[in-house]
Amino acid sequence: MSSTTPLLDVSGLTKHFPIKGGFPIRRTVGHVQAVDGLDFQVNESESLGLVGESGCGKSTTGRLITRLLEPTAGKISYQGKDITHASRKDLAPVRSEIQMIFQDPYASLNPRHTVGKIIAGPMEINDINPAGGREKRVRELLEIVGLNPEHYNRFPHEFSGGQRQRIGVARALALDPKLIVADEPVSALLQKVQQELGIAFLFIAHDLAVVRHFSQRVAVMYLGKIVEIADRDDLYGNPRHPYTRALLSAVPEATVDETPPRERIRLQGDVPSPINPPSGCRFRTRCWKATEKCATEAPPLVQVEGNKPGHLTACHYPETAEVASAPRLAKDPEPAA
Amino acid sequence: MTPPTPSTAAPLEVTDDSAEKSITSPANSGNESKSPGQLAWRRFKRDRTGVISACVVIFFFVVALCAPLIANLYGKDPYTTYGLNTPGLLGDNGFPVKPNGGIDGEFWFGIEPRLGRDLFTFLLYGIRNSLLICTAITLLVVIVGVTIGVTAGYVGGKTDWFIGRVIDVLLAFPSQLFFVAFTPVVLALFVSPEENTPVWLTVVCLIGLLTVFGWASIARLLRGQVLALREREFVEAAKVTGASPVRIIFKELLPNLWTPILIQATLTLPNMVTVEAGLAFLGVGIQDPTPDWGVMIGQAAQVYQDDITFLLFPGLSMVIFVLAFNLLGDSVRDALDPKTKR
Repeated sequence: MSSTTPLLDVSGLTKHFPIKGGFPIRRTVGHVQAVDGLDFQVNESESLGLVGESGCGKSTTGRLITRLLEPTAGKISYQGKDITHASRKDLAPVRSEIQMIFQDPYASLNPRHTVGKIIAGPMEINDINPAGGREKRVRELLEIVGLNPEHYNRFPHEFSGGQRQRIGVARALALDPKLIVADEPVSALLQKVQQELGIAFLFIAHDLAVVRHFSQRVAVMYLGKIVEIADRDDLYGNPRHPYTRALLSAVPEATVDETPPRERIRLQGDVPSPINPPSGCRFRTRCWKATEKCATEAPPLVQVEGNKPGHLTACHYPETAEVASAPRLAKDPEPAA
Repeated sequence: MTPPTPSTAAPLEVTDDSAEKSITSPANSGNESKSPGQLAWRRFKRDRTGVISACVVIFFFVVALCAPLIANLYGKDPYTTYGLNTPGLLGDNGFPVKPNGGIDGEFWFGIEPRLGRDLFTFLLYGIRNSLLICTAITLLVVIVGVTIGVTAGYVGGKTDWFIGRVIDVLLAFPSQLFFVAFTPVVLALFVSPEENTPVWLTVVCLIGLLTVFGWASIARLLRGQVLALREREFVEAAKVTGASPVRIIFKELLPNLWTPILIQATLTLPNMVTVEAGLAFLGVGIQDPTPDWGVMIGQAAQVYQDDITFLLFPGLSMVIFVLAFNLLGDSVRDALDPKTKR
């Protein structure tokens, strides 16, 4: 990792949503621990993939970084500047540099605005007047994302889902951001954007296969915590956390040659409720190696023995490289199924 | 017919360039793009009931606006007591001599029993006054309702709770009884009982009271709409780019709220016409010498056994107007919101 200040520095980031209940006086009866103490950095022009199952808090993380949600605890620094609790006015200069691409291309475009208005909106809000006028810039952006500039006056309902997502990308690019948080984007277009424009990405996905083509580094989340973070090749070649291994084994194989098929690791049961997560290591209820220690002691996210620098794993009993190459763990509970 | 907003349940599509090219072939690109408003207008134009109702409603408004002009061409006014001034129009019993309430080439809708005023101009000015008052009330109700409803929905929290309880109380209130009981009280605050109440004061008082009790339902409706829209991702997208709450409300939310606002407005106005007429009939709204739909019906109801045509004209015209306006409201809703169509 570089010694200079990272573009985005997140430490101990936590978001607990209160659950209100009770009668007649409503009070907080519990918390959904959506995100619980995240630490990671994103460097300039780097793409960090954030991977996890549904409900593990990855979308919440994206919304915390773009400050759509107020963090419960922790710290978010952008270019060394603390923006954790910055007000709307203080945030204004940073706003234009951190943009977001939303998950749902149908809900994220205002149905009553034309494409031109949607993409020009961010420039209007931040009072940016590009040379040649905003309309010219919007047409350029439409071309960059592979849409016809003639569609300037069209409405979102006239486009397909994929095209709408491109409109969302164009809107995010309108402010020349330095960091884009992309929530489950489908488009391969982002890869081109990232390489050509040198924008840093926080790429949120539920599938390791998608992230592989796109991210230089990958963080794996489970129930609001990062369980493993590493450079891409490191993570895919030498996964140390059992959960990462389980996820990787679920990735479909592209080759149909004579190499023996990988052993599929099937995780038992569902993700536990984030309202009352398991003590100690949160993965222990579904882990085949869990011991007493896992229940009492939460494993820290550290560089475990045998890891390259920057490869951090939160596990008491990390997988070893030898085991990884010749898997003999986690017997499939129902091989016939 | 494609709905303006495709179902949100539609699946995420994987971008496929070849498929996209076929959708956006150069043949259908260009300027044939339709906004959701234009689509609604196209749907409305195809709805025959809606178009006819709209014509009827427009006819009434034109008549109301041009009442002085029409009265001028016709050569009479609603205040002169023609029957008393010209002998031979009213009989000894005070009723018009001619049949059907004295309808003839000179008095198209007949003359009023006893005082002998011209009923055609009286109805014209009655419609004019009623519609002016009710349009003012509707505008105020919509403005107040939208402002309060959107604020409650967007701000949320304690403000929302407080406004919600106020709305509950207002909706639970027997407003008609309240008008009957309190209009004299409110008027007495401004004028001593011995003096004559000026007409403008009655009008202002009426508009004020009906507005106070009218905004609650539209506010509640809009609050719900805003709550639903507020969580949509396009609002978050605007926030991410640094939009102020004012901009989000006016530029992002309001364009999506015109549909319920328009529908509510077209349903509020005919309702107000009947309420206002009802109050005038009961004697707490506009009073006699001022022409008004309700006043006229009230007068006619006293003599309907002897002179049914007096009641027929204001009664029938009001039924036609209210019916047409309600049908128009339905058509507007169908055009703007095709998914709610029965």
